[in-house]
Amino acid sequence: MNTVFKKSDPGREGVWPQKADKTAAEMLPQGLLRGKPAGLPSLSELDVVRHFTQLSRRNFGVDGNFYPLGSCTMKYNPKFTENVAALPGFTRLHPVLPQLKGAGRLCQGALEVMYETEQMLCEICGMSAFTLHPMAGAHGELTGVMIMAAYHKDKGNKKTKIICPDSAHGTNPASAAIAGYEVVNLPSKDGIVDPDELAKVLDDQVAGMMMTCPNTLGLFEKNLPKIVEMLRSVDALLYYDGANLNAIMGKMRVGDAGFDVVHLNLHKTFATPHGGGGPGAGPVGVSEKLVPYLPVSRVEKLEDGQFFLNYDFPKSIGYVAPFYGNFGVVLKAYAYILRLGGAGLTRATEAAVLAANYLRKRLDGVLEVPFDRICMHEFVATACKQTTCGVRALDIAKMLLDKGYHAPTIYFPLIVKEALMFEPTETESLDTLDQFADDLIALLEQSAADPEFAHNAPTTLPVTRLDETRAARSMELTDDL
Amino acid sequence: MPYVPHTPDDIRRMLGVIGAPSVEALFAEIGPDMRPKSFDLPEGKSEMAVLAQLEDLARKNAVNHVSFLGAGFYDHHIPSAVDALSMRSEFYTAYTPYQPEASQGTLQAIFEYQTAVTRLTGLPYANASVYDGGTALFEAAMMSVRHTDRRKLVVCEAVSPIYRVMLGSYTANLNLELVTIAHKDGNCDLAALTAALDDQTAAVLVQNPNFFGTLNDFSALFAAAKAKGVVSVISVYPVLQSVLKSPGEMGADVAVAEGQSLGLPLSFGGPYLGIMTCTKEMIRQMPGRMVGRTVDTQGRTGYVLTLQAREQHIRRQKATSNICSNQALCALRSLMHLCLLGEEGLKRTAEICIERAHYAAERLTAIPGVKLLSASPFGNEFAVSLPVNAYQAIDKLTNRGFVPGFPLGRYYPGLENALLVACTEKTSKEQIGVLAELLRGMLA
Amino acid sequence: MIPNDLKYAKSHEWAKIEGDTATVGITHFAQEQLGDLTYVDLPKVGASVTQGAEMGSVESVKAASELYSPVTGTVTEVNAALENAPEAINQEPYAAGWMIKVKLAAAPEGLLDAAAYAQVCAEEAH
Repeated sequence: MNTVFKKSDPGREGVWPQKADKTAAEMLPQGLLRGKPAGLPSLSELDVVRHFTQLSRRNFGVDGNFYPLGSCTMKYNPKFTENVAALPGFTRLHPVLPQLKGAGRLCQGALEVMYETEQMLCEICGMSAFTLHPMAGAHGELTGVMIMAAYHKDKGNKKTKIICPDSAHGTNPASAAIAGYEVVNLPSKDGIVDPDELAKVLDDQVAGMMMTCPNTLGLFEKNLPKIVEMLRSVDALLYYDGANLNAIMGKMRVGDAGFDVVHLNLHKTFATPHGGGGPGAGPVGVSEKLVPYLPVSRVEKLEDGQFFLNYDFPKSIGYVAPFYGNFGVVLKAYAYILRLGGAGLTRATEAAVLAANYLRKRLDGVLEVPFDRICMHEFVATACKQTTCGVRALDIAKMLLDKGYHAPTIYFPLIVKEALMFEPTETESLDTLDQFADDLIALLEQSAADPEFAHNAPTTLPVTRLDETRAARSMELTDDL
Repeated sequence: MPYVPHTPDDIRRMLGVIGAPSVEALFAEIGPDMRPKSFDLPEGKSEMAVLAQLEDLARKNAVNHVSFLGAGFYDHHIPSAVDALSMRSEFYTAYTPYQPEASQGTLQAIFEYQTAVTRLTGLPYANASVYDGGTALFEAAMMSVRHTDRRKLVVCEAVSPIYRVMLGSYTANLNLELVTIAHKDGNCDLAALTAALDDQTAAVLVQNPNFFGTLNDFSALFAAAKAKGVVSVISVYPVLQSVLKSPGEMGADVAVAEGQSLGLPLSFGGPYLGIMTCTKEMIRQMPGRMVGRTVDTQGRTGYVLTLQAREQHIRRQKATSNICSNQALCALRSLMHLCLLGEEGLKRTAEICIERAHYAAERLTAIPGVKLLSASPFGNEFAVSLPVNAYQAIDKLTNRGFVPGFPLGRYYPGLENALLVACTEKTSKEQIGVLAELLRGMLA
Repeated sequence: MIPNDLKYAKSHEWAKIEGDTATVGITHFAQEQLGDLTYVDLPKVGASVTQGAEMGSVESVKAASELYSPVTGTVTEVNAALENAPEAINQEPYAAGWMIKVKLAAAPEGLLDAAAYAQVCAEEAH
């Protein structure tokens, strides 16, 4: 399909504002103006509408396709939250308004949304305070590690290292490194963190440890109480990567369990749409002792019920966002939590875990599951058995695309060879799970008999497999003029 | 239970297949001492009730004032088609395009976005976007640190203080030296900036228009930087890039922008869009995702995420950045916005914004005691000094339904009387006239 | 595919030592493990390299690996052709795919001969 630039026809009128009386050249010195036009396309409104409608048809999304992409929590995104985020009372609100003295009165509704969301996230996670500022999960991680660093600096602790289990999301070590820490990799045992292995790397230099629980294998970290105790003994902090909070909501609170810092992915657990890779939101919660280090500003409630932004926190790590985070995303999560309530959130967790275990059992014996026991909201299988006849995890993923399913996450976590990570989520019906299992089993049988069938997949989509080496070598990142 | 489709029968059948006596049994590994000490949340509500509650909250926000607020974030008209198209669920409910064959829509759109923003900045390479303009500036600074292996950053004080405080927080643990060069009445001090560059400097960071709305040609500064091996980083306002000299024409190495003004509502601070573009020499340092064009096994054109080996899921702690997402939907909206306006529409928007701002400056400075802070050229935003504290003027006029601008004293001590006034194509001449009369009346 | 006239590091780099100069690259085994290379990052002429220390990196579509110098000395020449054609490393790892030339500061110690390196590869292949 041609790019939108190739469809341009100079002279076509788009959505133009009225023409100014003067040109830029009449209003500004020549030396400040650009020498030649930028090269944006000229298109009619229908040209644009048709182009993007056709592009959209070349995409899978949750609304049209089952999307069991492990670790990404592709649950259904309720439509009413879009109406909430589109209310002009929110979309038209300028972010600097609360900075005009006394003008907090002009945005009480928005401040209340932020305050109430923080309160509810505190209750869901058992933390003392939350900030909504981080704009994505990885941004939450960075913010969380910066808070940990500020704590140690304030206490005069000389800490240089952060421990990350080998099952961790790659963002954990990357965030720790960007925050200035040396990363210590911790090998898992039987799929989970082993206290004996931890003891080997734990010393006074350790600032903290980043954990995902359940971890990226979908397994609960049952040695958690022991791990908490060990870290406490060297004044190291425990970080909870909230990517998998949807497996424990209502069943366990990370604060109660001993975690000091947590980031959440609102776009996962609280059902805001992923939008093709963003925007998300990554609020960070902390235990009592870390509250002074939270980013500024913080929203507070006065005795008269008015809300205001407080910037006066001398120990704060400062600003991690231009304003108060991805407010539009926070709104949707807030509406979702109100809709479900405490019991609804707990049932969402239960149904997610139920669905994952059901799918795991349905695929039992067809795909090998390396840690084959009760899982939480997702599980990791391996295509090792299939590789003996030349069918790899990648091939299985591509065959599924042909059947109209998005593929599971493949080749992650790194500690399982030929990994296929399934997360069905709570919003998929039993019929969908059954049909998916039946289709996957049939595909595996067909490809065992005819590996070429697998290697050629997909054949029904707008393109077949793409040459990624060529893309990386040629680095063609833009359309030619 | 909304959004969970399992009937009691389904649940029984599923438990039977799993071989578990109850749903609760699936959570047996969470011991009794690890169960929640409380989980005191409100009861669930109907869709109608939640909507009504949020509508009430939305009404508590005053959004019907006539506003001259900008400070880098502008209320532009968004063509209706942007909402209609970006809400298509195939875009909206997709994840990161990890399976390219099932994600050509998102991938081609990002490729086209990359193309559009490189054309605006005049630099050849772009990534698929980061969170916002402030993050983009920080990431650009880090690109220069890696590229030069130097630790000093020279920043103009007229660069948005909103970005500079973020830069301060992010660099706090990274052993970097931030040198801020004072502004002069809202102008960049080009001589002082040039003098501050040495062989320890990784980058010089400037903004056009700067926070005060003032316009510059940084060509000479960038040439001086190049001679010292310093990376030139510039943050721009994309709407004005349709008429202003591009970063590429000025010789910049990295150009970043806040993309909010391209099709994204103000929404109280986000989600926004961090645009990043750079030269060929800098591309290996670029953080985040990028989409490249290639061919499929049958020779057809297609698009894939590329240069992923720099990223966190492969490099882990050695990655160029911890950023693992982009603002895909925001980037998509900005692309649609640019396509709907086109070359002519964006140029018209820029010109009308500049014209309105110049008209507003003329009307406001006709009031006794009100003066432009600087005689330098400006675009859609300008600073005036008032004979009274700016907060006081804002407070009084807000009560009359007008937010006259942003108080520069908020970030610049000594400028307590200065007001930053922005116009867009939505600002009418009549509104400007009323603002001038209200201010005149207040100051009389 | 393991030439006899070269010396090898366990980290899969080779060195061809001629007098006080060494030519350095990665082995056939290494390029095969890495897959189609898309980028190579090498030290600049004049840079010092130390035996066993990182000297650069190579990237394929889905992997990145550090390069460790098999020798100690100063870089005198870099294979500039690799910048635009890293595939040369895949095609001819011991010839057109050479990476840098180094003026040796000291004789390298502990490098393997072809037979010993073949043993290393055989072990890693399992």
